[in-house]
Amino acid sequence: MRRLAPDTRGLRSGVAGGLRRRRAPWSDRRAARALGGVSLLIALGIIAMIVFVVRGAWPMISHQGLSWLGSGGDVDRQLENMLGTSGNPPSSAYYFRAWPLIYGTLLTTGFAVLLGLPLAILSSIFIVEFAPPSLRRVTIPVVRLLAAIPSVVYGLIGVLVLVPYVGNHLITAAERTWMQNRVELTGAGLAPAAVILTVMITPIMVALICEALITVPRAWREGAIALGLNPLRATLAVTLRAARPAIAAAVVLATARALGEAVMLSMVSGSRSFTPSLADGRTFLFEPLRTVAAAIIESAEGVGAPALYAAIYSLALLLLFSALALSVAGYLVKLPLRKYQVRA
Amino acid sequence: MNAFASGQLDLAPRRRGRRSSIGTWRWSDRIVLLGAWAAGLTLCAIAGAIVLYMGVRGIQYLHPSLLVSSPEAALDQSHSGGILDPILGTALLSLIGILIATPLAVCSAVWIAEYGRPRWLGRIMESSIEVIAGTPDIVIAIFGLALFQTQLLAGFSFVSTVGGAGASGGGVFGRSFLAAGSMMSLIAIPPIFAATREGLQALPTHMREAAYALGKTRIATIRRVLLPGVRSNIATGATLGISRIIGDTAIVVLLLGASLRIEPAGSTPGLDVLRGTGSTLTSFVYDNSPAGEGNAPQKAYAAAFLLMLLVLALNATVNLIARAHERRTGQS
Repeated sequence: MRRLAPDTRGLRSGVAGGLRRRRAPWSDRRAARALGGVSLLIALGIIAMIVFVVRGAWPMISHQGLSWLGSGGDVDRQLENMLGTSGNPPSSAYYFRAWPLIYGTLLTTGFAVLLGLPLAILSSIFIVEFAPPSLRRVTIPVVRLLAAIPSVVYGLIGVLVLVPYVGNHLITAAERTWMQNRVELTGAGLAPAAVILTVMITPIMVALICEALITVPRAWREGAIALGLNPLRATLAVTLRAARPAIAAAVVLATARALGEAVMLSMVSGSRSFTPSLADGRTFLFEPLRTVAAAIIESAEGVGAPALYAAIYSLALLLLFSALALSVAGYLVKLPLRKYQVRA
Repeated sequence: MNAFASGQLDLAPRRRGRRSSIGTWRWSDRIVLLGAWAAGLTLCAIAGAIVLYMGVRGIQYLHPSLLVSSPEAALDQSHSGGILDPILGTALLSLIGILIATPLAVCSAVWIAEYGRPRWLGRIMESSIEVIAGTPDIVIAIFGLALFQTQLLAGFSFVSTVGGAGASGGGVFGRSFLAAGSMMSLIAIPPIFAATREGLQALPTHMREAAYALGKTRIATIRRVLLPGVRSNIATGATLGISRIIGDTAIVVLLLGASLRIEPAGSTPGLDVLRGTGSTLTSFVYDNSPAGEGNAPQKAYAAAFLLMLLVLALNATVNLIARAHERRTGQS
């Protein structure tokens, strides 16, 4: 539909064409090339990003292989030790085992997505099908507001309101003394981190799921109602079912957002690379942790030290790789959407 | 830009015939319906609580005098000065970011929507924008750190004279307004691109056909007909881009340094500020929260309140633009 430019090639040749070219400073072909060149810059930026991050991480990979992804020792202390390196450090200075950070990231992301998904699906259904018009006019801006609040504001509320609340009211003295020898329970930890992360990623999912629910032809749902289903059943069985790829895409996007969240998590998660264990029962929720992104932002002061530099870049490489993988996953899950002519 | 985010959600009017009475529903269905109501109201309640809480704290701590005085290093919160420099830093950074991002994003959106040949190249472009959108800001910041530490770009940022932890003594930190601003442009590109492309695709084909029939070339059509037609989309995208830049912390913390005041580097007026370091509202909040070094919660609340007001205002602007566009064109 948009390839309707008249073929002016015939006109361009000859004297008339020469005049024309002189008068019009931007010929079509030149414009296309210039615009294409500008957009190529963006693609080059991506390639440069991958190259620079891999180059930064290279010393770590050449000294440690991929074993830095594994577990072993206290990763906080390892990062501190690396801060002292300078010049051309020996291979032993690169000792780094990032598993606690990866575990912390998986834990917060997993909790946030698991908590956020039902909330997002239910509230999308509410917004699209069941909210009275007056309430819908409120809810949509509210969702957009929640998505727009900067993460540092969430972090501030977390660290000044939620963390003290958890520390003073939810953690019992018995739990504190029980954990004393392993880690200090201050309130900053898994619970506040997961709760705030849920609030941060739910609006993203709601926006995508709502969009998809709206695009599903209404006649389908009406047909289901005509066949005797009640409105809720019709929504669940028809509209939501048709929107399944969009829900998957929403989960992928929300996961990407949660993985990359650095600032808020560095503020509320305790910044201690403890590995909360389910074996601790209820205390599990209050144990501090540290995520990959938070570790990057907290260690970034010491990028002058070569070993720490490599460690930070290998963590960034890990995040970049996950983000790329999630992009591909997002593309794949959106493919079936085309069937319904949904653009998402 | 999807319709949801730009406030143009429009649903077909629902025809309610005889309402099916909930009394006839199964219990399980009633519980799910209750859950849907609860979920929707929970979101509203959370947003209301956040706005209310920040509003109360903000009014409590945000004195007008804070807005016009520079931060001071002091242990006592009553002597630690105001937030003028962070405000200026935020403004400067959004300006740099949006000035770089808008032409890049608009050009590539136009190219993809109107030319996009060869096809495979167009597809690569689209996915690279998607990759940028999906890359965490912390990774973009780390990339910027490496990029501006290279010798080629070292001139854009201030060079440490004290040596710091630099390996070669006086290492380039790669931190400056220019470094942070150009990386900020990366996070502003996706919304501008999406909004522009959406607008171009929504323009009716007959506008293009009419221009071609008058003998305009494709690029002339783009410049004189299509771009004016998507002006409001570009404005929407740019506003969303600015609100992303304003809200970003990771890039500021890593690429602008943590100095409270705007500290110029070099002697060329104008350029010295761009090459210097400073702070923004986000990094100010981060540094002054109990998690940071400053630990001045009152100042942090004041700055965070201002930050939220800015973001809310930008959101409202997006709505206004969308509504004005609707009124002018008579379509959503």
